Amino acid sequence: MISILKNFKFWFVFTPYFWLVAFFFIPLAIIMKISLSVSEWGMPPYKDILTTDEVTGNFIINITSGNYAFIFSDFFYLQSYLNSLSLAFTSTLICLIIGYPIAFYVAKSKPKTRNLLLILLIIPFWTSFLLRVYAWKVLLQGNGILNMILMKFGIITEPLSLLHNHYAVILGVVYTYLPFMILPLYGYLVKFDLRFIDAAHDLGSRNINTFFKVILPLSLPGIIAGCMLVFIPVVGEFVIPELLGGSDKLYFGKIIWNEFFVNRDWPVASALAMSGILFLIIPIVIFQISYSKYNFKNE
Amino acid sequence: MNKSFLKYILLGFGFAFLYFPIFTLIIYSFNESKRVMVWKGFSLKWYVELFKNEQILEAFYISIKIASISATFATLLGVMAGYSLARISKIPFRSFFIFISTAPLVMPEIILGLSLLLFFISANNLFGLPSSKGQLTVLISHITFSVAFVAVIIQARLSSFNKSIEEAAQDLGAVPNSVIWKVTLPVILPSIISGWLLAFTLSLDDLVIASFTTGPGANTLPIVVFSKVRMGLSPEVNALSAVIMLVIVTIAIGYYIKTRNKLDVN
Repeated sequence: MISILKNFKFWFVFTPYFWLVAFFFIPLAIIMKISLSVSEWGMPPYKDILTTDEVTGNFIINITSGNYAFIFSDFFYLQSYLNSLSLAFTSTLICLIIGYPIAFYVAKSKPKTRNLLLILLIIPFWTSFLLRVYAWKVLLQGNGILNMILMKFGIITEPLSLLHNHYAVILGVVYTYLPFMILPLYGYLVKFDLRFIDAAHDLGSRNINTFFKVILPLSLPGIIAGCMLVFIPVVGEFVIPELLGGSDKLYFGKIIWNEFFVNRDWPVASALAMSGILFLIIPIVIFQISYSKYNFKNE
Repeated sequence: MNKSFLKYILLGFGFAFLYFPIFTLIIYSFNESKRVMVWKGFSLKWYVELFKNEQILEAFYISIKIASISATFATLLGVMAGYSLARISKIPFRSFFIFISTAPLVMPEIILGLSLLLFFISANNLFGLPSSKGQLTVLISHITFSVAFVAVIIQARLSSFNKSIEEAAQDLGAVPNSVIWKVTLPVILPSIISGWLLAFTLSLDDLVIASFTTGPGANTLPIVVFSKVRMGLSPEVNALSAVIMLVIVTIAIGYYIKTRNKLDVN
C-alpha cells in the first residue's frame, strides 16, 4: 500500500480524478437530482427527493418526471432549442466557408509570412471575447459606422435597424468563433504535403477535382475538429444573443438563464440543462471515447 | 498570377473582417463625446476616466488574481490528467475517467455554471461549506473547466512524442519516478506553458460561469463590463478594449521577433 502511495502514477491519476468527480461529476448528478424533484416555494425552491412524513414517520420519495413532461409538451422550449441548433448550424457552415480558404492560404504561405499571419490570426482570439461582441454592438448601432457608410454612398436613405435581430446574432457568432474554426484547420493543412497536389495534377486532375478528391478528404479531421469547436459552444451561447439579439428569436442558453434567475424555477432549469446534455453531449462523448480507444489500440 | 490574386483578395477580406471591429473600437475610444458614435473630437478623456474608475480597476485586479491562481492549479491537474490519459493504461473505470476529463471541453458554459452553482448551494446546505459564494467558488469553477483544456494539450503532446526516449532512460537505469521528472516533463515543458496561458485566458475571459458562481466581492472584469454594455454603449469600455489590444499586440510583436530570430538561425 505504501509503495503505491510513493508511486507518482497513483497521484497522477488520483488527484485529477478526485477533483473532477467532486467538481464536475457530482454537480451534474445534482442537476439530475433537482431536475427530477418537485418545485415549491421557499429556499431552495424545490422539495427534497427523500422526505419523512410528519405523522407516520415513513419515508416519502418525491420524484417526478413532470419537469421533463412540461418542457417537452410546451412548444416554446422546443422552439428555443431548435433556434439554437439552427443558429449553431448556420454559423458553423459560414465559419467553415470563410475559414477554410484563410486556413489554406495561411498554411501554404512561406514559413516567414506564415508565422506573421498566424500571429495576426491569434491576436483577435486573445482579445476579450466580450469586447469583440461589444465591438459589433457599436458597429451595428442605428447611428453606427455601418449605417453611416451605407448612407454616405447613398445605398440607403435612413438608418437600418441592424441590431437586435437574429442576423446580428449570426454575425456576432461567426466573428467570435472564426478562430476556433481556422486554427484546427490550419493545424491539419500545414502538415499537408503539397506534393499530393502536384501528383494529382500530374495524373491529369483539374483544380476543382483535386480539391474535392485530394485536399478536402485529407483535411477532414481538421474540418470535424473545427466544426465541433464552433457548433457545440454556440448551442449554449448566452452572451451574443443577449448583446446583439432581439426578441425575434429566443435561444436555449437564454431560456435556462431566465428559468433560473427570473422565474426561479430550479427544477425546470435543471431539466432543460439535462435534456441539453442528453441531446448534445452524450453522442459527442461516445464519439470521443470510441475514437480514443481506437487510437490507443493502434499504438 | 490569377491564383495569387485570389489568394490576396481572400486573405485581405478575411483579415479585414477580423480587425475592422476592433479598430473601430480603438478609434472611437479617442472620441470626446459621451455618446459613443457621435464624433466630437480627439481626446484622452475616457482613458483618464478608465484609470479613475475604481470598480473597473478592482474587477481587473480580482480577474488577474483568480486567473493566475486558477491557471496554476488547472495546469498541475491538467498535466497529471493528460499524462494519465496518454501513458497510464491501468486506470480504474478508464472510460469514466476519459469522460470526466474531456466532457468539460464540450459542455456549454451555461450548463456548467448552473451545475456548479447548484452544487455550491447543496454543499452549503449539507456541510455549511463554502460559507458564501465569492472568489473561492469562482476559482474552483474556473479550475474545473480549465483542467480539460490543459489535459488535451498535454495528451496531444505526449501522444506525438516518442515513448522510446522514456524507455531508453529506463534501460539506462532511471527509475520511473525520475524518468518523469528528468525526461518527460522537460520535453513537454512548452506544452505546459501553453496550457497555463490557455487556462489563464479562459479564466480571464469567462463571463457565464463566473456570473453563476460569483458572490459579494468577486465581480470579475467580464461581469463588470457586461453590466456596463448590456443596456447600451460605454466609452470607458472602448478605452479598455484599446488598452487590452495594446498589451496583446505588444506581447505578439515580442513573440514574433523572438521566433523570427530563431527561424533565421535555422
